[in-house]
Amino acid sequence: MKRLLIIATAVVLALAGMAFADNLPEYQLVLKDHVYQPSELKVPAGTKFKITVHNEDATPEEFESTDFNREKIVPPNSSITVYVGPLNAGNYGFFGDFHQNTAKGRLIVE
Amino acid sequence: MPGVALLVFREVLEAALIISIVCAATRGVDRRGLFVTVGIGLGIVGALLVAMGAGLIARIAHGSGQEIFDACVLLAAVVMIGWHVVWMSKHGRELAQKMGAIGSAVKAGSSSLTLLLVVVALAVLREGSEIVLFLYGMAVGGIGATGLIGGTALGVGGGALLGFALYFGLLRVPMKHFFNVTNWMLVLLAAGLASTAARFLIQGNLLPSWGTQLWNTSWLLSNGSVAGKTLGILIGYDASPAGMQIVFYVTTLLLLGVSMQRLNSAKSAYPSRDHSLAPNGTSETLR
Repeated sequence: MKRLLIIATAVVLALAGMAFADNLPEYQLVLKDHVYQPSELKVPAGTKFKITVHNEDATPEEFESTDFNREKIVPPNSSITVYVGPLNAGNYGFFGDFHQNTAKGRLIVE
Repeated sequence: MPGVALLVFREVLEAALIISIVCAATRGVDRRGLFVTVGIGLGIVGALLVAMGAGLIARIAHGSGQEIFDACVLLAAVVMIGWHVVWMSKHGRELAQKMGAIGSAVKAGSSSLTLLLVVVALAVLREGSEIVLFLYGMAVGGIGATGLIGGTALGVGGGALLGFALYFGLLRVPMKHFFNVTNWMLVLLAAGLASTAARFLIQGNLLPSWGTQLWNTSWLLSNGSVAGKTLGILIGYDASPAGMQIVFYVTTLLLLGVSMQRLNSAKSAYPSRDHSLAPNGTSETLR
């Protein structure tokens, strides 16, 4: 049990260290008044990329997409990054889980 | 209020399904209700702490803290379930035989109960922290107390109702197959949680995806639908999984499934080995 814990800790630390800088294309989204700006992002098909979401609201949001399988809490007045793809061509919706009526957008992959 | 109810419902549903499977799997075990209640309580406390620390978690590990945290919570649950399933394969049959007997005969399960308490606590913590953050945002946004409390009550009630439905459905399984069924449900649950853990690690660029969209069955059943989410918890359904998720899923399924089967067959080959494990001699006559 003890050994298991030590191994687990080592793995977690290794993972934490692995989060390194990369040269992947980056796309920006801004959340203001629970609306995504822009609401559409055009990204190339077959390429891995990252999306950075800046939350300018005073409340937390969850950036989520059930189409391209991502979910991440965006604390108030801060930014998060998620890695996405490579994706096949098509339209993929994303939304703010906590404000689904207003926070809506889509990725146009072509 | 409908928006609040819906989000709370979806989060509660996931935890409720896990709790129902755990409750069914510990049927007949002494003090089970206490353990599950404590698990839920610890989970709620944990959810509050995680929600309060969300900003901190988001900043650690170069911004991948959330993914690492989620993956650790999920994988810890997988390990606990695995441990329980293997333990149950050793002792499940005795438990099944003693179900008819009353009282002290069913104490045997309690050592594994702690493992499942942790599983319950982790499930509540994960889903609960999202509810807390959401409700906090709603409260700040000026939704009235009626909307907040009413919506939460509706959501929790609805989720719990489906959980109870699953539990009482499972109770209809004949005793002869009962623990076999609940153990396999735990194995499928664990495999799905492992796959979700992999998804988080891919999202944080901590693991390669090995193919992002191996297939896509969103047209049939999307991840966002209630049915999709339910199957996601019960069997690990994912409409368009990454290769690495399949690796995690299959590995968990094989590891737990095979060790369970091996223990079971070892037991039927040497039935006498069971005798020393039975805590109560009188139960042997029920055999």
